[in-house]
Amino acid sequence: MVDAHLAVVRASLRAQLTYRVSFAMLVVASAGATSMDFAVVATIFTHLPRLEGWTLSQIALMYGIAGIGFGVTDLAVGSLDSLPAYVKQGTFDAFLIRPLGTLYQVVTSEVALRRVGKIAQGAGILVFALLHLHIAWTLPRAGMLLMSLVTGPLIFGSVWVIVMSHVFWTVDTGEVANAFTYGGSFLASYPINIFGTWLRDLLAFVVPMAFVAYYPTIFILGRPDPLGLPGFVPLLTPVLAVLLPWLAGGVWKQGVRHYRGTGS
Amino acid sequence: MVHAENLTKTFVVHRKAGLIRRRPVTVRAVEGISFDIEAGEMVGYIGPNGAGKSTTVKMLTGLLYPTAGSVRVAGLEPARQRKALARQIGVVFGQRRQLLWDLPLLASLDLFRHVYRIPAERYRHNLDTFVELLELQPFLETPVRQLSLGQVMRGELAATLVHDPEVLFLDEPTIGLDVVSKGRVLDFLATMNRERGTTMLMTTHDVADLERLCQRMLIIDHGHLIYDGTMPGLRRRMGTERTLVVDLERPQPALSIAGAETISVDGRRQRLRFHRDRTSAASLIAEVARSAPVADLAVEEVPIEDIVRRIYVSGLEG
Repeated sequence: MVDAHLAVVRASLRAQLTYRVSFAMLVVASAGATSMDFAVVATIFTHLPRLEGWTLSQIALMYGIAGIGFGVTDLAVGSLDSLPAYVKQGTFDAFLIRPLGTLYQVVTSEVALRRVGKIAQGAGILVFALLHLHIAWTLPRAGMLLMSLVTGPLIFGSVWVIVMSHVFWTVDTGEVANAFTYGGSFLASYPINIFGTWLRDLLAFVVPMAFVAYYPTIFILGRPDPLGLPGFVPLLTPVLAVLLPWLAGGVWKQGVRHYRGTGS
Repeated sequence: MVHAENLTKTFVVHRKAGLIRRRPVTVRAVEGISFDIEAGEMVGYIGPNGAGKSTTVKMLTGLLYPTAGSVRVAGLEPARQRKALARQIGVVFGQRRQLLWDLPLLASLDLFRHVYRIPAERYRHNLDTFVELLELQPFLETPVRQLSLGQVMRGELAATLVHDPEVLFLDEPTIGLDVVSKGRVLDFLATMNRERGTTMLMTTHDVADLERLCQRMLIIDHGHLIYDGTMPGLRRRMGTERTLVVDLERPQPALSIAGAETISVDGRRQRLRFHRDRTSAASLIAEVARSAPVADLAVEEVPIEDIVRRIYVSGLEG
């Protein structure tokens, strides 16, 4: 299995490296775009030193955790973007005649190395934040930081799988899903209390993006939840990181079942 | 090896019924098809567009769940045991690529070696065999996207057979290929069937391909299996007319011979149509030779394409 996986990844990487110039340009463009993102946030914060009681370093901590979460997710399951095309053109059939799981084959169909740039950028911002913040480190807080780097991608990736699975039923272009995936990455990068009430509730409870970075961050900083929820809420993060992948697997399975029922 | 019993697939499609409203309509793509294919058989599966060929193949390969009926392929139930079945079968889609587009053919073969966990020695052996039979050597290291259609299809065949499948399903494997490429593909399939005993089911629009390759054929029309038998059997049943082509020593008026009808006179050449059941070729030839000096003659069967065309248009009875 590991052997097969390495072969799949190797083949995918080789395919990308065939166009060297194009690959190099993608890496540069991707690094540029993500740096611009942070520049925008930094600009806002240098002019508004506090946003709803958050300092720049505190925002950076959150931004770093969300950035790594999004980067790892994008690297791991980013090729789900091609799912609408696979379903529409019927190339999804080719995955069904291989002795491997379909979700696995779709996510490995394009291992985009350029996405490593996003992880590096998130890591850089996280290091910046940790150097500037004077956190009273305790074992649970340190544990939460490390755990959030794992739970973030799990939560994020599950949401991604769930929202992309809809193309099995609708056979559309997947643009709707982008609102959740790329939009979700944007939302996960900010403290949720800056958003309006309904958007905030949506983020916290329906599409649990708040658990990617926001709740881990307030736990690490020892801040009370501005929503006034009890202190154990951040501790639900690992629970979600187990429940959501399970749910995502179920939704995917139903999607494939529907595809194999209609063949569309 | 392949067993289908009362196999049925219906789809619900939404037809336009007004500007926005859609009316659900049930379409019966395949209706109550039954057949058995023994190990080592090579079977052609033909029918007009939309007759249900691809739907049947999809149910046999586990891509689609049957609505009713049962299927077994290599002793497995395709819909439930998809992954286990994938190790036993190979599928070639004439119009869909399975090879990695940006990489050389060799990279795809190497990938499948890992995916199917093919023992190194077996892989080497298969690779050598395919390189020789399909003449892959000149383009093994070329990215697939730069290959010609014929080369891609040869590559697809190698990639599909590299894990030694027991059953091979081919959906229009020769579509778009030139005569030479097509010949290579068909010869290769015949060799695999003969030497490895690979069971094959092949859909095609080109009946001549089947005549070259398959002893048996299945004809499907409007979701129903309308013929299951041999090629000569179909000819006996449908192609009861034959044509005697006679080249006379010199031009003559149309011959008039009992049991045959002269359908054309073209210089020295005359064509006589006769019923194989009512008139034997031997007696007809003797009769012709008695009425005029003959230089040369030949008996023509109705081309199998014509027979099949007739079935598509008016069914098996027409």
